[in-house]
Amino acid sequence: MKILLMGNPNVGKSVIFSRLTGVHVIASNYPGTTISYTQGFMKLGEETDEVIDVPGTYTLEPTSEAEEIALQLLNTGDIVINVVNAVNLERNLYLTLQLLERGIPVVVALNLWDDTKHRGIHIDLDKLRELLGVPVIPTVAVTGQGIKELVENIPKAASPDIPVRSRDERWAIIGSIIDQVQHITHRHHTWLERLEDASVKPLTGGIIALAVLASAFLVVRFIGESLIGYVLDPLFNNLWAPVVLKLSNLMGGGGFLHDIVAGKLANGEVNFVESFGLLSSGLYVPLAMVLPYIISFYLVLGLLEDIGYLPRLAVLMDTIMHRLGLHGYSIIPTLLGLGCNVPAILATRILESKRERFIAATLISIGVPCAALQAMIFGLVGQHGGQYVAIVYGTLFVAWIILGIILNHVVKGFSPELLIEIPPYRLPPWRTVLQKLWMRTYGFLVEAIPIILGAVVAINILYFFGVFDAIASFTAPVVSGLLGLPKEAVTALVIGFLRKDVALGMLAPLALSAEQLVVGSVVLAMFFPCIATFVVLLRELGIVNMLKSAGIMISAALITGGILNLIL
Amino acid sequence: MFDRNQITLARMQPGHSGIVVQIQGGHGLVNRLSALGIMPGKRITKISSMLMRGPVTIEVDRVRVAIGHGMANKIIVKLD
Repeated sequence: MKILLMGNPNVGKSVIFSRLTGVHVIASNYPGTTISYTQGFMKLGEETDEVIDVPGTYTLEPTSEAEEIALQLLNTGDIVINVVNAVNLERNLYLTLQLLERGIPVVVALNLWDDTKHRGIHIDLDKLRELLGVPVIPTVAVTGQGIKELVENIPKAASPDIPVRSRDERWAIIGSIIDQVQHITHRHHTWLERLEDASVKPLTGGIIALAVLASAFLVVRFIGESLIGYVLDPLFNNLWAPVVLKLSNLMGGGGFLHDIVAGKLANGEVNFVESFGLLSSGLYVPLAMVLPYIISFYLVLGLLEDIGYLPRLAVLMDTIMHRLGLHGYSIIPTLLGLGCNVPAILATRILESKRERFIAATLISIGVPCAALQAMIFGLVGQHGGQYVAIVYGTLFVAWIILGIILNHVVKGFSPELLIEIPPYRLPPWRTVLQKLWMRTYGFLVEAIPIILGAVVAINILYFFGVFDAIASFTAPVVSGLLGLPKEAVTALVIGFLRKDVALGMLAPLALSAEQLVVGSVVLAMFFPCIATFVVLLRELGIVNMLKSAGIMISAALITGGILNLIL
Repeated sequence: MFDRNQITLARMQPGHSGIVVQIQGGHGLVNRLSALGIMPGKRITKISSMLMRGPVTIEVDRVRVAIGHGMANKIIVKLD
């Protein structure tokens, strides 16, 4: 049996989902699209049933791609658990009526039930059950209250025989249901509601946004650095380095195969960043340099998402984003890009027009360095002082703004307007936060490690056959003349196509000046997406727009790099 | 339209409330707004608006919704 969890966005569907299912959940893409839904399993009596967390939808008359997917998933289900926001019964019942009209058995979970009490909302449950003709179970997903009753009532899901109605008829019926079951008493605003409103007002909202983003940044760095300094570096240096050294001795301490497996030794020591062997750099770069920041970034982003802050940021940023040809909501893919550009480009799907998706994807690829690259920028450029890291970030930000303004004028069309629900602040349960963190971290590991290991092998082989020297002398005029980098840096730029973090690591042994490292980092960040991002861009934009986007990236990188080289 | 108590949502003062009387837009806009609970007859309160023709935030049925300035210009509200 296939059970579907359906409801409006922001009603706590995913929390109910994680309560019903175990830890073993899978995020899947709907075939042919990038809208993802989560799938899990639950025990119901003797049998194990499939549970699907369907993307949030307001109506079954789709107004977006996610809603279309919701509709298609509905056709495959056997039972619907309709999660309804008890605080906003009226609007939520619209979807409920549409579901009932389709004749599929429905159980209603009246979630956020605890909120109704302090909001002065009284709902007559028996009357509501009678009017809808299906089981209605009050739940508080965050604490788990009512989940047991919900599970017990799944077999009692009913499909009352009601006719298909028009929109106005549905609203009229909902109006009469509300009159009979809901009674609201007046009460005063809580301090939390005042804080919610303050975050969407121009002045207080701006101050809150700055404080939130600054503390998010500090927490990400603190957790990332602590993981590296106290956990991963000691592990690699004390436990793994002796193993690699022993292996290196066994393999004779040098030679082609040795260099691929263990990497080039520096003075008889393993240098995890520079040696470039499968077991040295190949493991150290993804696991000890990048993974800690991936974990800390996705933890903080997940918290901001689940608390309900991000839509407020979208409202605040809307005016600025419109100047860049986007609307406020595109701040969310952009922030995601600071973790990894791949999910960021996928997330541009939430934007309505092709034009917006093109602009957002291009801007993310150019101006938003992923966590892996940032970790390396902090590691390498940061050695020369924080001011150089600031120059890298400042340059990328200015390039992002200027390009956005240009694209907004050049690309035909207009940017559609914002229309989003602003959810109240909620404290997410740790279980949901950690489940999401795990899914994202796991995604990074299976995505990145094979590519990094492959890249290490490829680099060693290409290096051995002198391919890089040939490319280097061919492109030397541009790289040395325009960007002021030694021609050996070409190798790194080429590798940037595979992994940007690895590529930046390759600049380490070249003894570059701080200014050259700044130019190198900026050009690497801007000039071309890594292979994983490239594939997603190609799929999302199509070949013609991908080529346009790539052209913009290369010219922007060369111009910016050239200017930096001149003024630094 | 010439009722002096009627005003567009965009021009309403933050903190003021009123009843939506009309949405001056096509079928698409009316549909998208009604999915979010914004339709004629609904009581709304304006919470804020961003500077420089930025989005407007309102409360309708205890839920907050942010609406682009252009759309807010098409929503006519009868003030209390």
